[in-house]
Amino acid sequence: MPSDMELGIIVLSLKVALVGVACSLPPAIFFAYLLARTNFPGKTLFDAIVHLPLVLPPVVVGFALLLLFGRRGVLGAWLADWFGIVFAFRWTGAALAAAIMGFPLMVRAIRLSIAAIDRRLETVARTLGGSRAWVFASITLPLALPGIVTGALLSFARSLGEFGATITFVSNIPGETETLPLAIYSLVQTPGGDAQAVRLSLFAVVLSIAALIASEWLTRRSRKTAGADDRR
Amino acid sequence: MIDVDIEQQLGAFELKVAFRAEAPIVGLFGRSGSGKTSVVNALAGTSRPQRGRIVINGEALFDSARGIDLPPDKRRLGYVFQDGLLFPHLDVEANLRYGLHRAPAAARVIDPAHVIQLLGLKTLLRRLPDKLSGGEKQRVAIGRALLAAPRLLLMDEPLASLDVPRQSEVLRYIEQLRDDLHIPIVYVSHAVAEITRLADTVVVLADGKALAYGPVDEVMGRIDLRPHTGRYESGSVIETVVAAHDLAYGLTTLRFDGGELIVPNVEALVGERVRVRIRARDVSLAVARPAGLSVLNVLPATLAAIATEEGPIVDVQLRVGQLPLLARITRRSVHELALREGQQIYALIKAVSLDRRSVGYA
Repeated sequence: MPSDMELGIIVLSLKVALVGVACSLPPAIFFAYLLARTNFPGKTLFDAIVHLPLVLPPVVVGFALLLLFGRRGVLGAWLADWFGIVFAFRWTGAALAAAIMGFPLMVRAIRLSIAAIDRRLETVARTLGGSRAWVFASITLPLALPGIVTGALLSFARSLGEFGATITFVSNIPGETETLPLAIYSLVQTPGGDAQAVRLSLFAVVLSIAALIASEWLTRRSRKTAGADDRR
Repeated sequence: MIDVDIEQQLGAFELKVAFRAEAPIVGLFGRSGSGKTSVVNALAGTSRPQRGRIVINGEALFDSARGIDLPPDKRRLGYVFQDGLLFPHLDVEANLRYGLHRAPAAARVIDPAHVIQLLGLKTLLRRLPDKLSGGEKQRVAIGRALLAAPRLLLMDEPLASLDVPRQSEVLRYIEQLRDDLHIPIVYVSHAVAEITRLADTVVVLADGKALAYGPVDEVMGRIDLRPHTGRYESGSVIETVVAAHDLAYGLTTLRFDGGELIVPNVEALVGERVRVRIRARDVSLAVARPAGLSVLNVLPATLAAIATEEGPIVDVQLRVGQLPLLARITRRSVHELALREGQQIYALIKAVSLDRRSVGYA
């Protein structure tokens, strides 16, 4: 059984990952729809920017976040002054870093599933009197559900393992930004911390397996829903 | 009343179509690539013509001059696609009800229960689309379009992906709709048999233009349109009324303006209207009334026109009473019988040539 300290680290990791996924899901669906269904000038460049966190070294992403959202960063100062939202050296910053790193994976999965939907289904729904928004909510979204579930879980898994961007952006503050990978890393650096590191690593393994099983179960369930209506 | 006059440039293809039609069923006929689907898309509002207008029952859905362009959801045209396109994540009932509450209350004149009964969907309501046969899917698609209370049903090749037995099943349902619900239908097809069986007015499309429009029997019988309506398929359509049944021989007598026609048993009551399509190649000619003949139908006719064509086969336009009738004979026969326009002759039609597929319910 995990000790109180270990439990705190696990709960923080889960909180950071879940909040990151929840906040990035709506914009990811929006971007995925844009990329799958529309054509606009500069689409290729836009696509590349969305994918940047996937190919850049995480440390670079973390550094960029620090410059943008740090206390003296362009966006950071503005957000702090007007909304009181602070990312620097807070768990919210860790969630932001995790969300950004998982974003391309999420957009990719959702985009593929939206592109696979026959557009004429949306046309039929329009001719049946559905507005654009209603057709999106009643046809596109439910049919894209398997992709949305897959995307969310990929991003969640990526968030649990996030290290480089997090430590660069919000540093390693126990109780605030010290997620599982960060805690394991600092234990490994501490003489005599190996036993603790092994314990935490085992918890990481358990969490990952649980996430994988949940993903399988949710994917199967959402496929059933997308291919079936199980309200009854 | 459907009034269409549109111009649209689609890549290298130029669509320039104008027609007016007032009929329960308007057929939009043309080969693939003739622009049928482009016209349907313009009607449904999924593509926008550069210029022109689309007016249905006095209401403009599109008018470039007045800056009117209603979005698809405000046009209220029930679009039925070739392959049904049911929403795969919804069961039959949810599919049917998708458009139900989106029409303005005043326009909801169609009773869902009646449509479900009419299309025989009652036992399918709980099923998912992938558990339906092709014909069932198409019936659900038609029902779904109807429940949205459309001004007009737009059917784009609704039988194209069905096998022959399913085709006649769905055709029968469409005929019932026309008789029961009084919703005008624009029926798009490349099949002469479907058009002549269902439509009252036909628009012939070729290369993005409307070549002709008017009553089906008149337009489809026109010799000059033959390159587009097809040689093999050419024939005439006659509106008739069931006059009598001959139970002993299993024959039905149909009466029309100018004579009677005997056909194999038609499942319709005496007094019901029935439409018969007579293929030109099933009509023979005789200059005198023949005797000792197995052919049951011998109709006195006037020879109206002879097609001036080279080649072994010639189409001859006849009038039986007021009705146009097309006959296809060899050029040699034209010569040997010395046929000329205005001549009084006899048209011979074998009753067996008029099978179930050529008799529809008008």
